[in-house]
Amino acid sequence: MNLTLKIWRQKGPQDKGQMVEYKVTDISEHMSFLEMMDVLNESLVAKDEVPIAFDHDCREGICGMCSLHINGEPHGPDRGITTCQLHMRTFKDGDTIYIEPWRAKAFPVIKDLIVDRMAFERIQQAGGYISVNTSGNTQDANATPISKIDADLSMDAAACIGCGACVASCKNSSAMLFVAAKVSQYALLPQGRVEAADRVRNMVAQMDLEGFGNCTNTGACEVECPKGISLENIARMNREYLKATII
Amino acid sequence: MSGFLSSSIARKVAMALSALFLIIFLIIHLAVNLTSVFSADVFNEASHFMGTNPLIQFAMQPVLIFGVVFHFVMGFVLELKNKSARNVKYANYNGAANASWMSRNMVVSGAVILAFIVLHFIDFWIPEINTKYILGDMSGVLPGEEGYRYFEELQHKFANPARVGAYVIAFILLGLHLAHGFQSAFQSIGFNNKYTKCVKSFGTWYSILIPFGFIFVALYHYFNH
Repeated sequence: MNLTLKIWRQKGPQDKGQMVEYKVTDISEHMSFLEMMDVLNESLVAKDEVPIAFDHDCREGICGMCSLHINGEPHGPDRGITTCQLHMRTFKDGDTIYIEPWRAKAFPVIKDLIVDRMAFERIQQAGGYISVNTSGNTQDANATPISKIDADLSMDAAACIGCGACVASCKNSSAMLFVAAKVSQYALLPQGRVEAADRVRNMVAQMDLEGFGNCTNTGACEVECPKGISLENIARMNREYLKATII
Repeated sequence: MSGFLSSSIARKVAMALSALFLIIFLIIHLAVNLTSVFSADVFNEASHFMGTNPLIQFAMQPVLIFGVVFHFVMGFVLELKNKSARNVKYANYNGAANASWMSRNMVVSGAVILAFIVLHFIDFWIPEINTKYILGDMSGVLPGEEGYRYFEELQHKFANPARVGAYVIAFILLGLHLAHGFQSAFQSIGFNNKYTKCVKSFGTWYSILIPFGFIFVALYHYFNH
């Protein structure tokens, strides 16, 4: 298939950047979206042009590195997938595809389609962990009984790969689905309850400090999340926050 | 804004609580309005009671006005903050792919409702305040006439097709605002559990029936004055 691509090019953080049009030909419908980008980059290198910078790592939907806002949606038009799992058969021959970086003040562009997602790391560092002494005398995790329901809900929340699609899709650039997933995965387990109040207070404070917008419950994040993180987690975070600040 | 209300979640909760308060107010307002369809006398009595009872006038009314002002001011402040969280816009943003029009345009429906409230205050509230507290006439009766004036004033206002049209449009936008806002308020206060399905369907019915009730009363008086 032959495609027209409109891709955001930006030399560096200070550059203004612009959309640039490219044509790609003979793209196989079996390629993943990132393979199509590889083909484009090979052609650019062959012409002595600077290839397009984009994030990728595992290319099997686990690492959360690939981003790309494709035709107005994070990770493209399909549901429950990352960009590396998006296949070219989703598009039609002759299509024009817009490819942009995640857009949020808290995710500044480093180059072309790569954004700095360290804001998520700083939120994690603010409380997304449990303080365990790893001296060798740690208790066996299975010694603490946990209900199947809570264990499953916690695992569902822990499926978050921190890709940032929630922020990219949200009209308010809110990071609440990400933070809620991290708060929930611990809040649901007895080991996490000990520091639950400090965790939610500190993580929300860091989230606000990073300049993410406020959640208005549009639900776009849940729809676009490649790991199906549910809005129930945001409600849980709201409850945890109220408990930690008022009660 | 400092202290508790400086946090994003606290603002969400404050928006939700003021919204739930206004949702309850709408039911009371509609109940009084509906009496005008069934009986002019009942409507007159209810209006006179609401307009002269000191508890309602000097305790409930200021709380209501605070609730309305707070919801609008906080709503617009949050909208501006949220807009600034994305300093470079997408060239192609397909919002309709993952969220409803209502949820993405709460500020638009909210602005229309605000414009309506200004009109509504000019139509009813300011003349009432003027008559009762500036001219000092608490009787509810027009000079030289018998019986309360409220029903007649209502009919007079709704004889104007432009006003009725504006009211109908505003109520449709109110319905769209509520269609997202009702269930959103519950989500914001952390209420998302096995009853959420009920809350959502109740919210949908509420957002249809309440505006429909207001529209019905306006149209009823337009066609029966």
